[in-house]
Amino acid sequence: MNAIAPFALAAAGLIGLGLYGMLAQSSVLRKVIAFNLLGIGVFLVFGVVARRGAAAGLPADPVPQAMVITGLVVAFAATALALVLTLRLHQSTGAVTLAEDPEASTPPSKHGASAE
Amino acid sequence: MIGTPGGSLLVLAIALPLGATLIAFVLGGQAAARIARASLWLWLALAVAIAAMLIARGEPLTYLLGGFTPPLGIALAADGLASAMLLASAIVLVATGLFGSVAYPAPSWEKGGRAAFAYWCLLPALAASLAVAFLARDLFSLFVALEMLTFTALALACLDGRPSQFKAELRYLLFALLGSVLYLLGCALLYGAYGTLDIGLLAGNTRADAPTRLAGALMTVGLLAKMAVFPLHLWLPPAHAGAPPAGSALLSGLVVKGAFVLLVRLWFWVLPGPPVAGAELLAALGAAAILVGSIVALRQEKLKALIAYSTVAQIGYLFLMFPLLMAGDPDAATRAWMGGMVQAVSHALAKAAMFLAAGLIVQSMGEDRVAGLGGAARAAPLAVLAIGIGGLSLMGVPPSGGFTAKWMLLRASVDTGQWWWSLVILAGGLLTGGYVYRLIAAALAPAAPGVAPRPVPRVQEGAVLVLVLALLSMLLGLLPLSMLGLAQIGQPVIAP
Repeated sequence: MNAIAPFALAAAGLIGLGLYGMLAQSSVLRKVIAFNLLGIGVFLVFGVVARRGAAAGLPADPVPQAMVITGLVVAFAATALALVLTLRLHQSTGAVTLAEDPEASTPPSKHGASAE
Repeated sequence: MIGTPGGSLLVLAIALPLGATLIAFVLGGQAAARIARASLWLWLALAVAIAAMLIARGEPLTYLLGGFTPPLGIALAADGLASAMLLASAIVLVATGLFGSVAYPAPSWEKGGRAAFAYWCLLPALAASLAVAFLARDLFSLFVALEMLTFTALALACLDGRPSQFKAELRYLLFALLGSVLYLLGCALLYGAYGTLDIGLLAGNTRADAPTRLAGALMTVGLLAKMAVFPLHLWLPPAHAGAPPAGSALLSGLVVKGAFVLLVRLWFWVLPGPPVAGAELLAALGAAAILVGSIVALRQEKLKALIAYSTVAQIGYLFLMFPLLMAGDPDAATRAWMGGMVQAVSHALAKAAMFLAAGLIVQSMGEDRVAGLGGAARAAPLAVLAIGIGGLSLMGVPPSGGFTAKWMLLRASVDTGQWWWSLVILAGGLLTGGYVYRLIAAALAPAAPGVAPRPVPRVQEGAVLVLVLALLSMLLGLLPLSMLGLAQIGQPVIAP
């Protein structure tokens, strides 16, 4: 077990968690959070790759680090877009999931009605 | 040496629409519409110039950004594949731009003005993203291009801001995001193995070992999710059918082709001697998409949903090319390659025409059920004609572009002894005929009593435009072979 193995294992764990969350969670907000976990896992893989590919005398290969920065910006934009859509979806229909049947989207509005 | 002659055209093809997006965003109002339209015309001129240079030179144009050579620098290159797709995109975008002058005429900040403003900013943005997707020569720039494509396409699809649309588009976004993360993970593994993501440096230098195979598999699955290939197709029909007509045309015609170009680059440039079994699996998925997509299209109640399912089926044809290219017969490989390229281009033109025409028909009939289309041929004759001609091209009736594409794929499948794909091509043609017939028959039926088509302002101009687009898809089959030879420049040589 060398110095970068824990990071690689953490990356694998994050990717597994994120993938599971994106596929198994029904709430859109949870899916978006899972996408971010998955993304962070992939960025950590880039970090591991950068450390492993370091030239002599350098702490890390800078190219993958530059890619991570670009990737972060893209993931940030994607998250913002997904959240805006989720918000509009909730505002206009009261739904918090992507389920097709109308029953699935009614409970939140019922709760809202009973709260009033 | 910073590039081949004409290399700076490649930079312009990306920078011009991107600059136009920014300027249109700042100026807004009428100026935004004018700038967007002007930039799209210039972009078309650039695409023509790139194609002309390419034909004159006979080998790909390249440009190294800032003069830095890969692996540190970033290369742009235009080969036949890129140039043909660029031309098709430019034609479709100019047409949707002109169509948009009818649908989104004056972007003022009053009611509806926001949609018009977004539309005119997003059109050149889509052009820029497509240009990056076709011209970039490293896998990471291609990742960025994929994301730009997804974001602009998504915004175009949500333009009307109808609540019913958000669910479909959100599902599209989640599929697309999952796809791009898998693609990015593949990039990380490839960089870890080879220390570069430049396609030119990777080509021929990749090894058939576990990391490369895993990276290839991850990236392929990610791109398949973005292209909505069976069985990952469920997000496409609601997302494409629910979008406004101009959005549907761009999504169905162009955006899925961006991911297709990436997939081709990955398989035939990057992966080491791509696995034949994998190619057969891709083609089997394509065949399933053709059959399932067409059969489901036959049963659709709504006009735009029918056309969207037809997209699922027509994308399937693109995958039949993969095993035919690898059969080790150079003539058959060239035919399969040409077939795939012509299919991509002719489907882009025909499907854009059909979605725009469907938009006009729905507008004038006030009805989007196929059963309620009676009288449409009288209300919007040119739009119905455009759907018919586009449909003929999808079916593969000579002399359409669709015929050339399907004929070449058919020949290649017979020549390589993989005759079972030809059965799928023929069955797909028959099923396409079935659903196109359903549309035309419904449109030619007399109007139901009490149904009066609504007069649509300037419907005639839109219809003429749509008809021209459909005719271009038809005439693609009449182009001389030397023009089709454009697609062959830089065709990858695949060792069996």
